[in-house]
Amino acid sequence: MPTQDMLGREIHVDDEGFLTEYDEWDEKLGAELAKNIGVEMTDEHWKVIAFLRKDYESEGTTATTRRVNSIGGFPVKLQFELFPQKPAKKMAYIAGLPKPAGCV
Amino acid sequence: MADNKPLVPNFGDESTGRKMAIICSKGNLDMAYPGLILGNAALGEGVEVHLFFTFWGFDMIHKKRQKKLKFSPVGNFAMHLPIGGIRMPQWLAWIPGMQPFATWYLQHKINKLEVPEVPGFLDQISASGGHLWGCKMSADMGGLTMEDLRDDVEDIITAADFIEMTEGAQVLFI
Repeated sequence: MPTQDMLGREIHVDDEGFLTEYDEWDEKLGAELAKNIGVEMTDEHWKVIAFLRKDYESEGTTATTRRVNSIGGFPVKLQFELFPQKPAKKMAYIAGLPKPAGCV
Repeated sequence: MADNKPLVPNFGDESTGRKMAIICSKGNLDMAYPGLILGNAALGEGVEVHLFFTFWGFDMIHKKRQKKLKFSPVGNFAMHLPIGGIRMPQWLAWIPGMQPFATWYLQHKINKLEVPEVPGFLDQISASGGHLWGCKMSADMGGLTMEDLRDDVEDIITAADFIEMTEGAQVLFI
């Protein structure tokens, strides 16, 4: 499993760059990850990321856009606005979670 | 070993102009889903998606009928019984009450996966930027107008319009 140096810390990532260790993430790192993919974080972005982190903790899987909508209460349209083109993967990346595995 | 070069996933932000055209021609509950699932997945990957509803598939965008799509095991030889995975004999598929039961059961299985019902799924697709189109010939055959269709259906168009609009798209016929 590759590791990389971010913010002076050694971070475990998969072959694509998604974090593999839930506990290595904090908001500072999240901001850095967002910068890597050109997402400018606002309060709204952080609320979505906080939901994904919390949901992963209880469910053990990354929420899909569907779930971020139905359980998190963030409309799909908003998700596409905040994390353009590929919201599910971008949200997961910034939240330091694996790519969502669900089809829908 | 720490590597200084950050490994960043490729989200393909430089648009490739990939386009998908999905023709939904079936109105049975089980056949409504493939187009919706694939269209939704494509939208989540940043692909431009157009769904064209024609013939029986027209029911999927009909305000009232879209809530009442049915599933029947008649003629479906891949239908297995919920217990033991035994293939359902066709005589059983015909018994009264089987169609409502099978419809309920299929929807129940889909709901359990947190996959929305057809109207909610189309809501999600249009919120994700998917384009919904009705087929002119199907509308004319059924005497239907835009009034009968979901509000997010952009227009009723001819087959030629659809072909023109989806130039260069990958086409799926379902």
